[in-house]
Amino acid sequence: MGLTDRTRAEAREIIARYPKPRSALLPMLHLVQSEEGHVSSEGIALCAEELGLTKAEVGAVATFYTMYRRRPAGEYHVGVCTNTLCAVMGGDAILDTLKEHLGIGHNETTEDGRISLEHIECNAACDYAPVVMVNWEFYDDQTPSSARELVDACRTGTPPPPTRGPSRLCTFKETSRVLAGYDDGLANEGVQAGPATLAGFELAQQRGDVAPPLPGQEKAPRQEQQQDGQLSFDAGTEG
Amino acid sequence: MVLTPVLSKDWGDADSFTLDGYTRAGGYTALPKALAMAPDDVIALVKESGLRGRGGAGFPTGLKWGFIPQVKSPGDEKGQAGKPHYLVVNADESEPGTCKDIPLMMANPHVLVEGVAIASYAIRASFAVIYVRGEVVHVIRRLRQAVADAYAAGHLGKDIGGSGFDLDVVVHAGSGAYICGEETALLDSLEGYRGQPRLRPPFPATHGLYASPTVVNNVESIASVPSIVLGGVDWFGSMGTEKSKGFTLYSLSGHVKRPGQYEAPLGITLRQLLELSGGMREGHRLKFWTPGGSSTPILTEEHLDVPLDYEGVAAAGSMLGTKALQCFDETTCVVRAVLRWTEFYAHESCGKCTPCREGTFWMVQILRRLEAGTGTEEDIATLLDTCDNIFGRSFCALGDGATSPIVSGVQYFREEFLQHVTEQGCPFDPHASTLFAASTAGTR
Repeated sequence: MGLTDRTRAEAREIIARYPKPRSALLPMLHLVQSEEGHVSSEGIALCAEELGLTKAEVGAVATFYTMYRRRPAGEYHVGVCTNTLCAVMGGDAILDTLKEHLGIGHNETTEDGRISLEHIECNAACDYAPVVMVNWEFYDDQTPSSARELVDACRTGTPPPPTRGPSRLCTFKETSRVLAGYDDGLANEGVQAGPATLAGFELAQQRGDVAPPLPGQEKAPRQEQQQDGQLSFDAGTEG
Repeated sequence: MVLTPVLSKDWGDADSFTLDGYTRAGGYTALPKALAMAPDDVIALVKESGLRGRGGAGFPTGLKWGFIPQVKSPGDEKGQAGKPHYLVVNADESEPGTCKDIPLMMANPHVLVEGVAIASYAIRASFAVIYVRGEVVHVIRRLRQAVADAYAAGHLGKDIGGSGFDLDVVVHAGSGAYICGEETALLDSLEGYRGQPRLRPPFPATHGLYASPTVVNNVESIASVPSIVLGGVDWFGSMGTEKSKGFTLYSLSGHVKRPGQYEAPLGITLRQLLELSGGMREGHRLKFWTPGGSSTPILTEEHLDVPLDYEGVAAAGSMLGTKALQCFDETTCVVRAVLRWTEFYAHESCGKCTPCREGTFWMVQILRRLEAGTGTEEDIATLLDTCDNIFGRSFCALGDGATSPIVSGVQYFREEFLQHVTEQGCPFDPHASTLFAASTAGTR
C-alpha cells in the first residue's frame, strides 16, 4: 500500500489540532503505522518533512516508544503481560505456551503475517490478571489454553470480541488509525465495565453502603446502625 | 459507611459512559455551578476541600492550581501569567498494579471531561489535553466520544453555558513509555520529544507545556472535582481522615477472592478491604503486598491494620501511591517478584541519568543470578549498596521507585534471599502461584 497523498493530508489535519506542530508527532507516527504496519523509513521522512525536522530527530522519537514497531506487526499483535502480578498469576506460563505454539519469540511475527507476539508491561488491568492484549484490546482472565485458542482464532481470521471492547476486534492497522485520532465509530459498543470493575460497586449495593448524600439531596436520610456498629446511610437516599 | 461509591456510583448502568447516562445521573450540573463562581473561588474551594493528588504523590490539588501565575495587575501579562495556561490530565496509568483510571474512563469518561472543564476554568486555561497511554484503545475511543458529545452539548467549545469561557480539549494517545507518567516527561512527550524528565525548577506551574503555566493532574483527582463542587468542603471532608480527606478508588488484585475496584474513604485498612471482599484465595494467606504500586515499598501481614491514607502508609515505611493493592500469597517467591519488577524498571529507564540507567541494569544481573541459585550472600549487600547509589541520586522518582521493591524485599524477606543462595535455586514452584493451579498446591 504505502503512504499516499491522503496520509499527508491527514498528517496535516493532526498537526492542526495542536497549538504547536511538533505535538502532533506521536499521533503522526501512529498514522504511519496504520498504513504500513510499522514505522517505515518513508513514514519517518513524511513526518520530518511535515514538521520541518530531520529524519534523525523523528527516528530518535520513534525508537524511544515501545508501541512503534520497526518491523511489520502481525495483523493481530498479541501482548502478554509479564509484569510481576500477571506473571505470577499465570502470564509467564501463557507467554511460554504461545511462544511454543506459534513458533515465534518476543517481537517476532509468524510467517503468514497474521500474528506478532510481545511480552508487555503492566497494562492497568491487574484485577483481570492474567491479561492478554490483542491490538491493544483487553482479553481478561486468560489461561494458557484460552490464550492458545485466542491466537488460533486470530490466525483463521475469526477472533472473538475483546472482553471489554467493541463487538469485533480491529486489525493492528485499524487500531493504529484510532490512536492517530481517527474515530471508527465503535466507542459505544461493548460493556461499560467488567465484573472486577464492579466488584466494589456491587458489594456496596449488597451492604447498603452509600456515600453521604450531597447537600440538598439528603431527603429523609434514614440512618441505620449496622451489625459492625458503623453508621450507614440507606441506599435509597442517593439521588 | 464502609464503602462510599461516588466516582463508581453509576458504573452499574449499562450506558454509564454515554452523555445521556451521565446527565441522567446528575452529570454536568457541577460545571454551571462552577462557571457561576469566580475562578479564584473554585481554586479556593478545591484547596479547602483538602483534595490531594490521586496519582501517587499526594500533592494538594488546589495548591497546585494556585501556583499558576495569574494576571492580577497591569503589567502582569508581560510575564508568565500573560502566556496561555494549560491543563494536562495525566492518564498514562502505567505504575505496575495500578488499574483505577482506565476502568474509570471506560465506565464514565464524562466525569473526567466535566472535571477538565471546571479545572480549566479555575486556572484560566482555554486548551486542555488528556494524555492517555496508547495501549488501551477502547478507553481512547470512549474519551474521544465523550469529548465530541460534550462539545455538541455545549459543555466544551466556545462560550460554555453563556459564561464567555472557551475551552478546547484534545485526547492525545501516548505510545508506550512508563516514564511518561512522570509529569515533566509527559510534557516533553506531549511536545513531540522523547519522554524524558526535565530539571526542576522551573516547575510546570510556571514553565510547563510550551514553557507556559501548566497544571498536570491525575485522572482520579480531576474526576473528583465535580462532586466537590456539588458537595462542598464539609461533605468531602466527612469522608476520610484529618489530613487525607475524601473518597478514593482502591484497586485490589492478586491472590484475592474478589479482585476489583473498591471506593472507600481514605484511611480504610487492607484488613477491612479483604474482610469485605472475601479475603485471600481459599487455603492461602497473605505474604506480601504493595500499598500503591511497585514503586511503593512492599508490606506484609503485620501491616494489615495500617490506615491506607497518605500519613498512615508513610508511617509504616511505605507510600500510599496509587492505592494499587497487589496481594501475593505464600506460594509467591519474593526474589522472583522483585526481579521482575526490577526488570521492568531497567526496561523503562529513560536513560537520561546514570544512576538509574546503569543501576537498574546491574541490579537485574544480580537478581537474575540470585533467583537462578548462582548468587552469593555478598550479592544481597551489593544490591542494597546499588540502591543507596540510586535513591536520591537519580534525576526523577522512577529511579527512587526502582529501589523500593529491593530494599523492602530484603528488609522483610532476607531469609528467603539467603535460601536461594544456600539451596542454590528457587525453593518455589511457579505453577503453585498461578490462578489455574489447584488451590491446594504447596510451595514445593
